[in-house]
Amino acid sequence: MTGSLLKNTILPLALFAALALVPAYADVFDDRFVLLFFTRILVFAIVAISLDFILGLGAMVSFGHAAYIGFGAYAVAILSEHDIWEAWISFPLAVAAGGLFALITGAISLKTRGVYFIMITLAFGQMAYFTATSLSAYGGDDGLTMWGRSELFGTGLFTGDASFYYLVFGVLAAAYLLLRTFAASRFGRVLKGAKQSEPRLEAMGIDPYRYRLAAYVIAGMIASVAGALMANQSEFVSPAYMSWHRSGELIVMVILGGLGSLHGAILGTIAYMVLEEVLSGYSEHWRLVFGPLLILVVLYGRGGLMGLIPGQIGRQSRGEADQ
Amino acid sequence: MTCPILELKDLNKAYDALQVTRNLSLKVLPGEIHAVIGPNGAGKTTLIGQISGATPSDSGQVLFGGTNVTGWSVAERAKAGLGRTFQITAILPEFTVLENVALGVQAHEGHSFRFFRNAARDQDLNEKAASILTEVGLADRASLRAGNLSHGEKRMLELALALAGEPKLLVLDEPMAGTGPEETARLIEILLAVKQRCPMLLVEHDMDAVFKLADRISVLVYGEIIASGAPDEIRADPKVREAYLGEEELA
Amino acid sequence: MSVTLLAVQTLNGLQLGILLFLIAAGLTLVFGVMDFINLAHGVQYMLGAYLAVACYQLTGSFWLAVTLALIAALICGLLLEFLVFRHLYNRDHLDQVLATFGVILFLNEAVKVLWGAAPLSLPVPELLDGSIQLMANFAYPVFRIALIVTGLAVAVLLYVLVTKTRIGMLVRAGATNPEMVAALGINIRRLFMLVFGFGAMLAGFAGIMAAPILSVEPGMGDNLLILAFVVIVIGGIGSIRGAFLAALIIGLVDTLGRSFATDIARVLLPPAAANDVGPAIASMLIYILMAGVLFFRPSGLFPVRSA
Repeated sequence: MTGSLLKNTILPLALFAALALVPAYADVFDDRFVLLFFTRILVFAIVAISLDFILGLGAMVSFGHAAYIGFGAYAVAILSEHDIWEAWISFPLAVAAGGLFALITGAISLKTRGVYFIMITLAFGQMAYFTATSLSAYGGDDGLTMWGRSELFGTGLFTGDASFYYLVFGVLAAAYLLLRTFAASRFGRVLKGAKQSEPRLEAMGIDPYRYRLAAYVIAGMIASVAGALMANQSEFVSPAYMSWHRSGELIVMVILGGLGSLHGAILGTIAYMVLEEVLSGYSEHWRLVFGPLLILVVLYGRGGLMGLIPGQIGRQSRGEADQ
Repeated sequence: MTCPILELKDLNKAYDALQVTRNLSLKVLPGEIHAVIGPNGAGKTTLIGQISGATPSDSGQVLFGGTNVTGWSVAERAKAGLGRTFQITAILPEFTVLENVALGVQAHEGHSFRFFRNAARDQDLNEKAASILTEVGLADRASLRAGNLSHGEKRMLELALALAGEPKLLVLDEPMAGTGPEETARLIEILLAVKQRCPMLLVEHDMDAVFKLADRISVLVYGEIIASGAPDEIRADPKVREAYLGEEELA
Repeated sequence: MSVTLLAVQTLNGLQLGILLFLIAAGLTLVFGVMDFINLAHGVQYMLGAYLAVACYQLTGSFWLAVTLALIAALICGLLLEFLVFRHLYNRDHLDQVLATFGVILFLNEAVKVLWGAAPLSLPVPELLDGSIQLMANFAYPVFRIALIVTGLAVAVLLYVLVTKTRIGMLVRAGATNPEMVAALGINIRRLFMLVFGFGAMLAGFAGIMAAPILSVEPGMGDNLLILAFVVIVIGGIGSIRGAFLAALIIGLVDTLGRSFATDIARVLLPPAAANDVGPAIASMLIYILMAGVLFFRPSGLFPVRSA
């Protein structure tokens, strides 16, 4: 029981506390890079927890999750191109666009299983990607530069380095708490149950399809919010945001952290991006080290980073994940 | 005459040239345990699939509580009160024993689009689940991970999961499969108690158990019911002795 | 759109289809028999191309280079199997995805370190140089025709191997019901290694064949890997027949789509919009096709394993 307390309460609290202190650290050591870097990490962490929600809890391996980053990012950038900067317009629109895309593609994809599901989500991701490349009015292949950031009732929330960091941090914390609440609810229990034995759920009178679809849409909407933040963070959007490489990286981040706990996904994102940053600082051929490292993590570190911490959750079998 | 809880009318099912269910008609009346026995390959598994909705029938009707449910899905039939156990244990191995049953209770209470209340701390769910666990004798295993139960305990949990839906009819697919003599005896006792509130269709290989439990027995051979009647009639039926029992004598 | 262009693009489409088939055949067998998702299958194709170039630089002979590269590709495949993949067969799909993703990162980078990031090429051998006149004012390079013919020959060979030999029978049985094959006392490890080495060799062979006509560069296998996955999913995982048919369909649809989508879009849309929409639709075409196939047949055109 203590292991589970450590893992599910103390660890996330410590994690969020440490992340809350990043701007203070950056201020004291006058290290702007760390602040900007961690802003970027947290944006990705939002996407990663949304993916963990469907992948870790529901065993839906979406290989097109990066598409939702694109929906959010393009919603903000395209509106800014038309001189609409208000976040209370662009963010809800981003969420609606991502949610609608998730509803339509999810309704079709969730009819398939296993690898077929992986591939059909990839297909929809690629469609979104190529649609973005064809938007020549909005930069097409080259992407679109934003000449500023979103505004919220003239507060300048998006503009300052620290205030933007706290905004992203706040969104991450809110998304985390929301998804964690969902995971512990009756809804979450159905999702986790369907992963273990679909025939059993049906025999109980539950048709898992609708619950999976709802989870898929929720995940898509949250990833879209992250996309809208990402557009602000880099003041630039391009189709590369939704490439399948990006979707693959997201899966790696989530697995690296350990599936199903949500804060594991945050840890995984930090580990992945920091490792990438550090290794690439030493050599341009950092992948020579990173690749084998990934293999070793899989072979010897079962359950990802969360699996290294003693306790129950990360150690549970993932054998059923694909059935 | 009372309205049967389950009525099968002229069910047929064929896989290519192989006819696995042939003009099969059968009734389960309120308050009774109706056993279906038959040699391997007689089509028992297919029949259960047709009743539960997992296997679509080529023709014929399934009436449940007087309603025609032939076109209904598994989940819809379950929701209407058709509970079942699986021959090959289908529990949720990562959940605790209590969570397993609580999910069954939750499913029975209506849709699960409830996002905010913590399900694990839901007293109502947990109390109902605990009382079912007590009934099947698993109360002291409640907080164990279901995957770590012994085989016999998993069979009990299987039954508990079916009971959680407060079924109007239980379809039991070889509940004694792989259980030891003591567990079989316990299971028989529990089933006799459950019978007071819920009729059953029992598919079982263990003849001792069948003759102890069943009010009526139907014998299925090559997809056809060749005999149906009270246990004593079945015991005495020459057709049954020939087709199913061969030269073997019943205990 | 002239008839000549249509003919050229059809042949190009066939050629892409053949390459895809060579890659997809190994992928679908490995997947079907071992239930193993090998993302690194694309880099094995890349390795084939690089090995061919390297062997050519060593020997100066195209034919010798092809032979040596083929052997080297087989050895590389077996080495990877021994070092990494063997430990992943009993893991779930996500572990396999993660580890083979690591292999991709490593090999793409290793190739960059060894041969540089700049594209290399392999000269077409004299014997297959030049073009033949297929119709009036329509010539087509001999090498590309040779590629199509060789690919078809390999396809026939593979078909015979899988349907007529004992090994093939085991492979098919393994794809349908792996537990049963193991229960029959077949050494499943050895069968796996055999299938794996063979798949790696086929992918390497595709790389060798592609080396003279495509640029040999790091990451060249990544996009083909995705296409190969599209192929095996459309064809039905584990089905050689499905992979063959789907590879040709994808090759043709993709190539013809890219050549003619803009022209077709112009019929329906104003020119400016057509110039935008055409290429995007062309790139999406195979994915639309895949989504469509899976919508109506959730286990592909030729499903092998029942439920």
